[in-house]
Amino acid sequence: MVPDDRKYSQEHEWIQVDGDIGTVGVTEYAANELGDVVFVELPEVGAEFNLGDSIGTIESVKAVADLYLPISGEIVAVNDAVVDSPELVNSDPVEDGWLVKVKLSEPDEVERLMSAADYEALLGG
Amino acid sequence: MKDTPELLSTPLTDWHRQHGGRLVPFAGFEMPVQYTSVLAEHATVRDQVGLFDITHMGEIRVTGADAGAWLDSLVTNKVAAIKSGRAVYNAMCREDGGVLDDMLIYRLAEHEYYVVCNASNQSKIVTWLGEHLPAAGVTMQDESYETALIAVQGPEARTLLTRIDAFAAHTETMADLKFYSAFALDVDEKQWLVSRTGYTGELGFEIYLPNAAALPLWEELLTKGEDLGAAPIGLAARDTLRFELAYCLYGHELSEDVTPLEAGIGWAVKLKKESFVGRDALVRQKAEGVPRKLIGIAVTGKAIARQGAVVRHAGRDVGRVTSGTYSPTRKQSLALALVAADVAADELTVAIRDREFPCTTVPIPFLTARVKGDPRAKRDLS
Repeated sequence: MVPDDRKYSQEHEWIQVDGDIGTVGVTEYAANELGDVVFVELPEVGAEFNLGDSIGTIESVKAVADLYLPISGEIVAVNDAVVDSPELVNSDPVEDGWLVKVKLSEPDEVERLMSAADYEALLGG
Repeated sequence: MKDTPELLSTPLTDWHRQHGGRLVPFAGFEMPVQYTSVLAEHATVRDQVGLFDITHMGEIRVTGADAGAWLDSLVTNKVAAIKSGRAVYNAMCREDGGVLDDMLIYRLAEHEYYVVCNASNQSKIVTWLGEHLPAAGVTMQDESYETALIAVQGPEARTLLTRIDAFAAHTETMADLKFYSAFALDVDEKQWLVSRTGYTGELGFEIYLPNAAALPLWEELLTKGEDLGAAPIGLAARDTLRFELAYCLYGHELSEDVTPLEAGIGWAVKLKKESFVGRDALVRQKAEGVPRKLIGIAVTGKAIARQGAVVRHAGRDVGRVTSGTYSPTRKQSLALALVAADVAADELTVAIRDREFPCTTVPIPFLTARVKGDPRAKRDLS
């Protein structure tokens, strides 16, 4: 069920890499677990982070979750549409509900992330 | 090894599980917190009609010639003064005025009352009542575990109930039933109680019935309410619905460390009553000045101030948030906070995740009840 054109983190983020740019969002599982998302806070374009850093928050009616960057790099774009319409995280977490684009500073880190099959196994287990 | 206490189920627990309900432990029961989405379920109740399984609530029948006077000696509002078929909202206090629980008390007949308390406090209240029970003149029966409770709330609630077979001979009674009134009826030789009450601010009813009758009624409500948009509603939306009306929730706005005067339910405290447990402390508190008050705040910024968040004024801690959420109807981050009575209304901040968010005070309730004469929605804002 999860798209196999990208990689996954233990924290239920996905990253789709194109050249040295990675697009990051949260998985459908994460969106469902959170429930109705009402606020999304994202970092400034230009900010630099290391793998595993908290770069923002996703808040639903019932809970708030940190957004962790599954890879190191510089933020080159944030999805303003999601900030304005947080429900996109629920309605389309894997396409229109993307959160940030990152210029990878350590491209090798991608190999540490899970494949779609491994991520499905994690959810299944 | 200590056994984990087993969670209690309601007659509808299996139905919830089979129909997408996300079940969580709540007050010793396994209860549905959500079926589809909190926002969708909230809107169903505001715009159409929602069904709630609130069987976890406690029900205690109190009978006897002295029942009314005895209850009056234990709660803040006037119980024996109401007519048969009416209900009244109460706090039950300790000697020091701290709230043991808030509850509805119905007068079912001249010498028969029905106390409906929170699930989380049911055993505490049964024990408290038992300790105060006089040697003669009053008997009490805890019926919590044999009684199911289904709430039907929303603009279409009455239309839906008039379609139910068990109520076919009672449509006029149903049509005329006033807010905070109830009537009993016999169904299959068992007594049901239909009450025009609720926790949503909408037109609504609560139906007390034997466990065995709950599932058939629940399914009939859903089937006959399909064209009205009837849907099951979880505890999460029950919370956002009551929050918008600023109805107190025990464990949030109310606790043993808060008096009813502080929590803004002073309208349910009748200090002119001769005596009741906690009266002296409350009279004293009123004379000396109630030290804290419940206020509404709107958070400026994209964050929710949840229970426990510290409210500050000019850098000084002035209180704490008791409940906070995103208001689905007003579409903004709102909170209820218990703060020092003398706190200024402006320049407040609330601490969320180590950051200070400015907030403004807003009148409560955040939403006006559509139910005329709802005393719990007419708050003292001073």
